[in-house]
Amino acid sequence: MEFNLESITPEERKELERNVFMGTLEELKAWARSNSLWPLTFGLACCAIEMMGTGASHYDLDRFGVMFRTSPRQSDVMIVAGTVTKKMGPLLRRLYDQMPEPKWVIAMGSCATAGGPYVRSYAVMKGVDQIVPVDVYIPGCPPNPAALIYGINKLQEKIRYEAKTGKRVTSR
Amino acid sequence: MSDEKEKELNRQEQAEAQPGEQEAEPKGEAPAAEPAAEAQPAEAAPSEPAAAAPAAEPTAKVSAAAPSEPAAAVDPEREAKLKAAAEARAARAAAKAAAESAENAEAAAVDPEREAKLKAAAEARAARAAAKAAAEGGDGGSGEAAAVDPEKEAKVKAAAEARAARAAAKAAAEGDAAPAEPKQPSPKQPQLDEAVALIRAQVGDDAIEEAYINELNGHLPTLVLKAERLLACAELLKTQESQDYSYLRNLSGVDYETHLETVYHLVSLKSGSDLALKVKADRENPQIPSVVSVWHTANWNEREVYDLLGIHFPGHPDLRRIMMPDDWVGYPLRKDYEPLDPEV
Amino acid sequence: MIRTEELLLNVGPQHPSTHGVFRIIVKLDGEVITEATPVMGYLHRGTEKLAENLNYTQIIPYTDRMDYVSAMTTNYVLCHAVETMMGLEVPERAEYMRLIVMELQRVASHLVWWGTYLLDIGAMSPFLFAFRDREIIINLFNELCGARLTYNYMRVGGVKWDAPPGWIEKVRDFIPYMEGKLDEYHRLVSGNEIFLARIKGIGKYDAQTAIDYGLSGANLRSTGVDWDLRKAKPYSLYSRFEFDVPLGKNGDCYDRYLIRLEEIRQSLRILKQAVEQFPSSGDVMGKVPRVIRPPAGELYVGIESPRGEIGCHIVSKGKAEPYRLKFRRPSFVNLQILPKLLVGETMTNLITILGGIDIVVGEVDC
Repeated sequence: MEFNLESITPEERKELERNVFMGTLEELKAWARSNSLWPLTFGLACCAIEMMGTGASHYDLDRFGVMFRTSPRQSDVMIVAGTVTKKMGPLLRRLYDQMPEPKWVIAMGSCATAGGPYVRSYAVMKGVDQIVPVDVYIPGCPPNPAALIYGINKLQEKIRYEAKTGKRVTSR
Repeated sequence: MSDEKEKELNRQEQAEAQPGEQEAEPKGEAPAAEPAAEAQPAEAAPSEPAAAAPAAEPTAKVSAAAPSEPAAAVDPEREAKLKAAAEARAARAAAKAAAESAENAEAAAVDPEREAKLKAAAEARAARAAAKAAAEGGDGGSGEAAAVDPEKEAKVKAAAEARAARAAAKAAAEGDAAPAEPKQPSPKQPQLDEAVALIRAQVGDDAIEEAYINELNGHLPTLVLKAERLLACAELLKTQESQDYSYLRNLSGVDYETHLETVYHLVSLKSGSDLALKVKADRENPQIPSVVSVWHTANWNEREVYDLLGIHFPGHPDLRRIMMPDDWVGYPLRKDYEPLDPEV
Repeated sequence: MIRTEELLLNVGPQHPSTHGVFRIIVKLDGEVITEATPVMGYLHRGTEKLAENLNYTQIIPYTDRMDYVSAMTTNYVLCHAVETMMGLEVPERAEYMRLIVMELQRVASHLVWWGTYLLDIGAMSPFLFAFRDREIIINLFNELCGARLTYNYMRVGGVKWDAPPGWIEKVRDFIPYMEGKLDEYHRLVSGNEIFLARIKGIGKYDAQTAIDYGLSGANLRSTGVDWDLRKAKPYSLYSRFEFDVPLGKNGDCYDRYLIRLEEIRQSLRILKQAVEQFPSSGDVMGKVPRVIRPPAGELYVGIESPRGEIGCHIVSKGKAEPYRLKFRRPSFVNLQILPKLLVGETMTNLITILGGIDIVVGEVDC
């Protein structure tokens, strides 16, 4: 089909400008990805209950296209919800490796961020960023569901921003 | 809370702490003069009204349950007891007077302290005198060895009574001028005696190292058992109709730095009565027989104790680490544990 | 005759139905389990060691994080242990507040169990119902102490905050609401043919086994053993209230299911009485020395948490920190029976049985 830009009338052009967005393919992909983030249900400890609560009826994460998957092979983002112990660390890394690219990690709560109240314990890893790269840290012990939603929004923003500018927000 | 009240509270704390320190004295002395322990019930006398003092003696005798006790030893002991009691009475009178004066005087805060001190001092004195007398009597006695265990019991009881006396002193210190209540023998004492008698009869005289009432824990009867006799005792306590400790509530391990210890908290679902067992093990090569064959509850609990404290349980079906990874080095709950990778 | 081959299958630690990080290695003969070996410790955080360097008030937040589905009862067991040791008096109003939050917590905890259990065995909507109603309780707690999950509400000698104005009325309003919802739950699930086929007669054991394995809570009572510490060894104010201890007969998953739902009703019954009797004024904090130093000695107390007997064993040397602090965690003890129950069951029943025990991994591993 032939498409001649000259033949468009001013009215049609106006209409087109209103309804058609121009952008790069990267941006389109980022838009799609950011609006269907499928997290791996990686509940470790107390934060997992809040994560469940966020996914349940009252806070309803499905509104943001966030649907929990039970297999790492189907997920885009790993929400590390809870304390990562030294025994769990290697397994967490393995699950992360099983996730397909592109993938992101949210460290939910103080334990996953930096060890939290268990920072002095002999059995606890002082932050999940020692084994996997983290994109978003959410403080709180445990974070409020609203805080988790905010963190997910931040991740969406980040995905779109990186695609738009080609810059990395955090270094990997 | 007003400032004044707070101050008062702090002072009470101090008052409480002091008799505690002084009380350590007679306790430290007692083991040195082993047979002395028997006479120690006299120590409790200060807290009793004069009329109740003679009445307390027979009960002490009964719980001591030492038929082989040398008759010769009784008299000097009696004397000592009476002496101690008299002394204590005098001390108490003084304390009471002080307390009464405190009621009138404004310096109410100082007196409770003094009273408590006086009482503790009287107690200590009485205990020392009694110990001396008994040591003399004990030298001449012949049934010394046989009487060791009941003596221990008596000792523990005496200690418990002393504690109660302290509590009474505290009550008095709180400005309550009423005379201290006469000390009752623990309501769980018969239960303990029964268990002790049963184990003695069925397992052996040497199975019990110590038997006492843990008053802090709602008069919990506690038996300290020899490790090699634990299994037989456990079996007996579970299967015997009168005991029926079929339910193991809790199993914990404690590192006392000098030795390791496991504690078993039992309960009978029928009668609701509790019992605690304790077994000691040395730190170098701790071995305590497994009770999994008696209570299955112990299975994972023993694994946990093994994992975190390093106590071995011969007879356990599957003794592996449970919490830590299999290649973990050291036993984290020991007091001298140093982690290998503190920075991770 | 079909010849089958033995298969070794790893379930977990990251498995949706293990409620946290818990792993079971099963040996399968066809679809039938011949041997099951649970592996835990993936959430072992060393709470007991940490507690040895903290004073008693500082330990309370750690108890929140142990049994995070029922933080109030875990709070209580520590405070109760220290109070018993020191012989402290707790003001009546504080004791009522504690009792009310503990019973609310029991309802909330059973709701979480109910929702996730049914989610495990294939029903999605009960999860949404349960979390909707739990959210009301969580909001009540949030209003009370500013946290949704880890409350840190109780203190040795009382509670940290008094009820804000109107809070008791909100609890009062919640009771009839929840009673109505409970009937709805029964109508929705309890008679469902598919549901019954999945849980009736599954995971059966008798009373003797339950006692031998030291089970507690609904796991013990489902076999008909009448042992609820609120009745057997009354603590707090439970002796003042009228309530029944629901008992089962068959000791299967269905009995445990019914008992837990009935316990919600009994908790509401206690709450109704507690709200009526609630003292209109009074302190919420007793007279407590500035530094909490229990006398030297040791003590064990156990109370009834939603999962069973939670106990606290303190060895004190008269210092502000415990010399040794050990928690008897009901989930840990209850879970021991799992390998025994799994032998001879199919893989699908693994989830039914594991869910029926009601574990919280934070408590299993401590």
